[in-house]
Amino acid sequence: MAAVKQTVEHVESLEKYKHGFVTDIEQDFAPKGLNADIVRFISAKKNEPDWMLAWRLDAFERWQAMEEPSWAKVNFPRIDYQDSYYYAAPKEKVGLKSLDEVDPDILETYKKLGIPLREQEVLAGVVGAPRYAVDAVFDSVSVVTTFKKELAQVGVIFCSMSEAIREHPELVRKYLGSVVPVSDNYFACLNAAVFSDGSFVYVPPGVRCPMELSTYFRINAENSGQFERTLIIADAGAYVSYLEGCTAPMRDENQLHAAVVELVVLDDAEIKYSTVQNWYPGDPQTGKGGIYNFVTKRADCRGDRSKVSWTQVETGSAITWKYPSCVLRGEGSSGEFYSIAITNGRQQADTGTKMIHLGANTRSRIISKGISAGKSSNTYRGLVSAHPKAKGARNFTQCDSLLIGKHCAAHTVPYIEARNGQAKFEHEATTTRLSEDQLFYVMQRGLSQEEAVQLLVNGFVKDVLQELPMEFAVEAQKLVAISLEGSVG
Amino acid sequence: MMLSVSNLHASVDGKEILKGLTLAVPAGEVHAIMGPNGAGKSTLSYVLTGRDGYEVTQGSATLDGEDLLALAPDERAARGVFLSFQYPLEIPGVPALTFIRTALNAQRRARGQAEITAPEFLKLARAKSADLKIDFDMLKRALNVGFSGGEKKRMEILQMAMLSPRFLILDETDSGLDIDALRIVSDGVNALRSPERAMLVITHYQRLLDYIKPDRVHVLAGGRIVASGGPELAHELEKNGYEQYEKAA
Repeated sequence: MAAVKQTVEHVESLEKYKHGFVTDIEQDFAPKGLNADIVRFISAKKNEPDWMLAWRLDAFERWQAMEEPSWAKVNFPRIDYQDSYYYAAPKEKVGLKSLDEVDPDILETYKKLGIPLREQEVLAGVVGAPRYAVDAVFDSVSVVTTFKKELAQVGVIFCSMSEAIREHPELVRKYLGSVVPVSDNYFACLNAAVFSDGSFVYVPPGVRCPMELSTYFRINAENSGQFERTLIIADAGAYVSYLEGCTAPMRDENQLHAAVVELVVLDDAEIKYSTVQNWYPGDPQTGKGGIYNFVTKRADCRGDRSKVSWTQVETGSAITWKYPSCVLRGEGSSGEFYSIAITNGRQQADTGTKMIHLGANTRSRIISKGISAGKSSNTYRGLVSAHPKAKGARNFTQCDSLLIGKHCAAHTVPYIEARNGQAKFEHEATTTRLSEDQLFYVMQRGLSQEEAVQLLVNGFVKDVLQELPMEFAVEAQKLVAISLEGSVG
Repeated sequence: MMLSVSNLHASVDGKEILKGLTLAVPAGEVHAIMGPNGAGKSTLSYVLTGRDGYEVTQGSATLDGEDLLALAPDERAARGVFLSFQYPLEIPGVPALTFIRTALNAQRRARGQAEITAPEFLKLARAKSADLKIDFDMLKRALNVGFSGGEKKRMEILQMAMLSPRFLILDETDSGLDIDALRIVSDGVNALRSPERAMLVITHYQRLLDYIKPDRVHVLAGGRIVASGGPELAHELEKNGYEQYEKAA
C-alpha cells in the first residue's frame, strides 16, 4: 500500500485551494442575527414590492416552527443562526448603468477567478470561441449580468432575481416557490425568508437560448451566509443550458450557504443545468472552517416530453447536503442526473438525487461517481419512485464509489419505490479501492504517481465529465486534477 | 553489458525471495529465465521495474551502468525498461489509444523529447495494430476491460511495439494463449529483436521458446540462478523437470 499511502500524504500536504483570497471592499451589512426586522431590512434594501415582503415574512414564521433535519450522514456542531449576517453587499452607487461603474476591486476579483465580466473581453477572445453570459453574485447581491441586450433580442430574460422581482413580477409571482414550496424543508424555508439574490432566466416558447448562461457565486464577507435563489423557466419548446460556479475565501469559521434552485420546464422544453462547486472545504488536517453547502435544487418537468439534465462536479465545501431532483409530471418527460463528488481531508458529502415519476412513460437516468480520500466521508443518497399513474416509467441508476487510502468512507443509500407494476427500475452499484496493482501498471508505462492517479480517476469519472458543456468539461477536468493533486493524488 | 544484476537479495513482507541472484544480459540478446513455481521469477521482474513492497536488501542492478534500483518505476520506464505483465490490468474509462499516447508522451517528456503529434501517433497505432492483427476499433475501448486473456496479451505487445523500449521483460507471456495467438504474439516480439535491444523472457514452459528463440537459458530456483546454458538447456528441463535444480538450490 506504500504508493497509495504516499499519494495520500502528498495530497494532504498540498495547499490546493486557490480561491481562498479575500477582497477588501467597503460593505453594507444588515445587523447580525435573524428576526422579522432583518427580513424587512433585506426586503427594503432591495426595494421589493409588498407581496414579496409578505412572502418572506410568511416563510420566516413557518421556519421558526421547523426543526433542523438530522437524517443526513453528516456531523457538525449546532449552527447558531443568530451569530451570522444575513445581508452583506458591496457598497455601491445606486443604479449601476454599466460595468464601468462597478467597483474595480470586484471586477479584479472575478478576473482573478478567471470569470470574464467585460463583454468586450469575451468578444476579444479567439474567433469562434464559445461565448457565455455571466451573472456575477458577490455575497448577497448580483453585481453585474453580461450580454443582456443580445439575449433580449431573442426574448430571453437573464437578470438578477432582485431585478426580476421589480421588472417581471408577473413571472416571478407565477413561478417562485411553485417547485420548491416555501416550507419544503428547513434550509429552503430559511432561504425563502432571507434570500438575497440569485439569477432569473426566462426563455420564451420555441426559443433556443443562443449562448450558455452562467452564474458565478462568490462568498466574500466574514460571518455571513449566502442565500441565493435561482429560478429558470423554459417555456414550451425552449432550450437553455446553464452553469453555476462557486468559490469562497479560506476562513476559520464555517459559513452557511443555503440556496434554492427551481427549474420549470414546459411542453417539449429542455434545461441543462451544470454545477461546478468549489467552495472552501476547510482545513484538511483539522477540519476547521469551510462552507456548509445545504442546497435544495429541484426541477419540475411540468410539460409533456420535457427534459431536465443535472450535472454536478462537487469538489469543495466542508459539508455538502444536496439532492438535485426531478419531478417527472409531464407525459414522456425525462430527467438525468450526472454527478462527480470528491471529498478529501475532513470533508463530508451526502448527495444524490430524487427522480419522482408521476407521468406515464417517464424516463430517468442517474450516474453518480463518488471519490473519497483522506478522512472524508462520501454518501450517495437517492430516491427513485413511480406513482400509480406512472405506467411505463423507466429508471437506470449507476452508483460507483472509489476509495483512496484507508481512512475514508463511502456509503450508498438508494431508496426505490414502485407503486405500479409496469415501472422498470435498474440499479447498479460498485465500490472499489484505487488498486496498487493498477497504479503500478500505469507507472510502469512511464507515468508518475500523480499522473497515474489522475489518469485512473479521470477514467473513473469519464461518463459524467462528458455530460458537461464542452467549454466547461476542460475546466472541470482541471478542477478534478487539482483536487487530485490536492485531494486525491 | 546492458542489464547487470549482481548478488541481488530481495524480500516481500519480510520474507526473502531473491537470495543472491546474479545475471548479465548484453545488448542484442534474448535470455530466458525458467524455473519452478515460487522460485522468484515474478519477483525478479517486479524488482527490476521498481514495484512497491519489493525491498532490495543487498546487491545491485544496473542498466547500461546506471543504478536501476535508485529510480522510480516511471523513471525506469523512461530509460526503456518495459514489463509485459503476466496479468495485464484493466483500466476502466481510459481508451487504449489514450492510455498509450499518455504513456508515450510521459516517457518522451522525461527524456526531453517533443511530444508525438496526433497524426503521427495514429499512423503508428494503425501500423502496429495491423501487425498484431488487432482490430483498430478495439483501441477505442477502455484498455483491457472485457478483453479476453489473449487480447490482453496482444495489447501488451502492442504497447511494447509503440513505446519501443530497450530492455524488455516478458512475464509468462504465453500463458492463456492458444496456438494462433501464440504465433502472432511471438512474431510481434521477434520483430522487436535488434542489436540495440535486450530481452528477458520468463516462462514455465519450453513451448514459448520454440517461437522466441533465446540466446541463453537460465534456471532460477530458490531465489538464485543455479544453471545457465544454451537453448538446449530448455529442452533438457522439459524432459527432466526442475527437481534436480530445486534440490541443488
